[in-house]
Amino acid sequence: MNGKILFDKIWDTHVVRSISGGPDVLYIDRHYIHEVTSPQAFSGLRQRGAGVFRPERTIATADHNIPTINQHLPIADPVSRLQVETLEDNCRTSGITFFGMGDPGNGIVHVTGPGLGYTLPGMTIVCGDSHTSTHGAFGTIAFGIGTSEVEMVLATQCLLQARPKQMRINVSGKLLEGVTSKDLILYIIASLGTGGATGFFVEYAGETVRKLSMESRMTVCNMSIEMGARGGLIAPDEVTFNWLAQIPSVSENLEFSHLVHQWHALQSDSGAHFDREATFEASGIPPMITYGTSPGMGMAVDGVIPYPGETGVSPGEKLPSSSGEEPSTGMAGHKVNGPYLKSLEYMGFKPGMKLLGHPIDYVFLGSCTNGRIEDLRLFTAAVAGKKKATGVTALIVPGSQQVARQAEREGLTETLRLAGFEMRQPGCSSCLAMNEDKIPAGKYAVSTSNRNFEGRQGPGARTLLAGPLVAAAAAVTGRITDPRDMGWRL
Amino acid sequence: MKRNKFTILESTAVPLPLANIDTDQIIPARFLSATVREGFGEKLFRDWRFDGDGNPIPGFVLNNPRYRGEILITGSNFGCGSSREHAVWAITGHGFRAVVSDSFADIFMNNALNNGLLTVTVTPEFLAQLTNIITSRPDTIVRIDLQDQIISVPEAELESGFPLNAFRKECLTKGLDNIDYLLSMKEEIIAFEKSRQK
Ligand code: SF4
Repeated sequence: MNGKILFDKIWDTHVVRSISGGPDVLYIDRHYIHEVTSPQAFSGLRQRGAGVFRPERTIATADHNIPTINQHLPIADPVSRLQVETLEDNCRTSGITFFGMGDPGNGIVHVTGPGLGYTLPGMTIVCGDSHTSTHGAFGTIAFGIGTSEVEMVLATQCLLQARPKQMRINVSGKLLEGVTSKDLILYIIASLGTGGATGFFVEYAGETVRKLSMESRMTVCNMSIEMGARGGLIAPDEVTFNWLAQIPSVSENLEFSHLVHQWHALQSDSGAHFDREATFEASGIPPMITYGTSPGMGMAVDGVIPYPGETGVSPGEKLPSSSGEEPSTGMAGHKVNGPYLKSLEYMGFKPGMKLLGHPIDYVFLGSCTNGRIEDLRLFTAAVAGKKKATGVTALIVPGSQQVARQAEREGLTETLRLAGFEMRQPGCSSCLAMNEDKIPAGKYAVSTSNRNFEGRQGPGARTLLAGPLVAAAAAVTGRITDPRDMGWRL
Repeated sequence: MKRNKFTILESTAVPLPLANIDTDQIIPARFLSATVREGFGEKLFRDWRFDGDGNPIPGFVLNNPRYRGEILITGSNFGCGSSREHAVWAITGHGFRAVVSDSFADIFMNNALNNGLLTVTVTPEFLAQLTNIITSRPDTIVRIDLQDQIISVPEAELESGFPLNAFRKECLTKGLDNIDYLLSMKEEIIAFEKSRQK
């Protein structure tokens, strides 16, 4: 008998109605909203004279456009301020819990939500934000939706969704020293490509994944969308349950042990069929960095920028030597290589180039990918006792108020200060640069966020995605540096 | 709410044959602070269309008077990146009613269809042929027949079917709104909630 996969176990218990020849009507347990993708949903509701159906299932936070300094003052930009105020008004009138700027519960929606215990195994979770996949780390079906769908969920707590195809990514073996879960996911994306999982939902499995902390699992699931996947999930286990047990509002729930017992069933049965499987060996994964304007353009930090048609992720493989002929940028090559070379041109790079030693201008530690306490710990341990390189502007932005308080308690904030780094206040910040934290045109930023699209961190900004250790090495040397060459024992 | 019905669209088309066009290019994040749905059309492809001073960049296709129309023909994995529906509002705000590619990012496709913007998925070969024709002869008419799910270039005798699930098609051709559909199910949803509490 064929076993059932985890995704189907969760999905099937949430189907209100199956439309023949169409999508399923899927019940949503948890709905997160933020200021950017919700105002038009609320005004849509008002236009049709509908109210919020289950306000207790929606949680709101302001994160995308808030400043990361002086959060006690009103937001200076009037348009951003109006957007946050609109969210607050909408929440107040419809009875939705709202964590505004400066509130102890405030933070990036995908950092603060799990931290406060609103994300639990077995749930269906949506948010008007593509990185909702982060919550899949807890064994949930979590995915991003658009504003019309936000309106749908507000109005009916349901969504029309077609069941996606299923893919499993297995990772076995031990990650090497100096290699983080961010490197793991950047490696996977570089291997499969940015459209490699389009139409699929991904389950991450294997002993490497089992050994990852909850924070690291969130980092992995977070970036599922960057290979086109609808979402990514990891079966919950003791790591998950222990993590949740530390959240008072969760563990004090009278039914907690009963829930944990139920959550044990949230696993893919052995023999369950996936539409596609991919396997990776952890020991082959180096510290990664991206060199282009799509998250799939990643390579080993000490690697060589590939020529068009090559990939950057098999460091053992022979790459064309940099002294070789340059591919034509003329019209003949334009069709195939045009976008690739256009991307490198934007970055100021060329195929065959090494990035090690390349000077950088900014370092951004933060975002829903790497703005958690574990990331701050790792970064801080690495830069402790050293000094930020002169000429580097570092933005250290905790993902939530909760993370900021924890960092303070653990003395990380102070250690960072002594090393010349200033801790900002929580928010999305430089990840999408809707606030003041923009990277100027032409400048290089080593960023622990998830997208290196053209202009993502500000018009003309050049983003190099990496994990917290590569970021730390860049922050103290002012150059792209292999963290394994730093002599760190972390 | 009533939406425009989509039946047959005949129009010239605009070619933008790049792969992985992400939502940050379609509408940069700094324009997302608005609280209404209108006004995003002017910001479509802002940083490809205009320079830092707001002057049109001559090489970009939307600034080329030869290319006009309600159909955008683009490259693989169109609309990847963020879930911002503003990307769709920018495309429809500019006057496009259909986007043709050989693949779309999932969230983008949902957002498009929820706004009556038709995503037409064709084979890479058909896309290449179509792009070639439109690029070399900008006044060529492209015809999209939603009922029969056929996209064609009558004068070039080029034709292809495209997939779309039956429910989506019915919503588009009848101008139905998904939220009204769900609202009509309220009793069933409440019954479902009750059944789960047991
Ligand atoms: S940190 Fe970046 S990716 Fe995450 S929710 Fe904020 S803007 Fe989106």
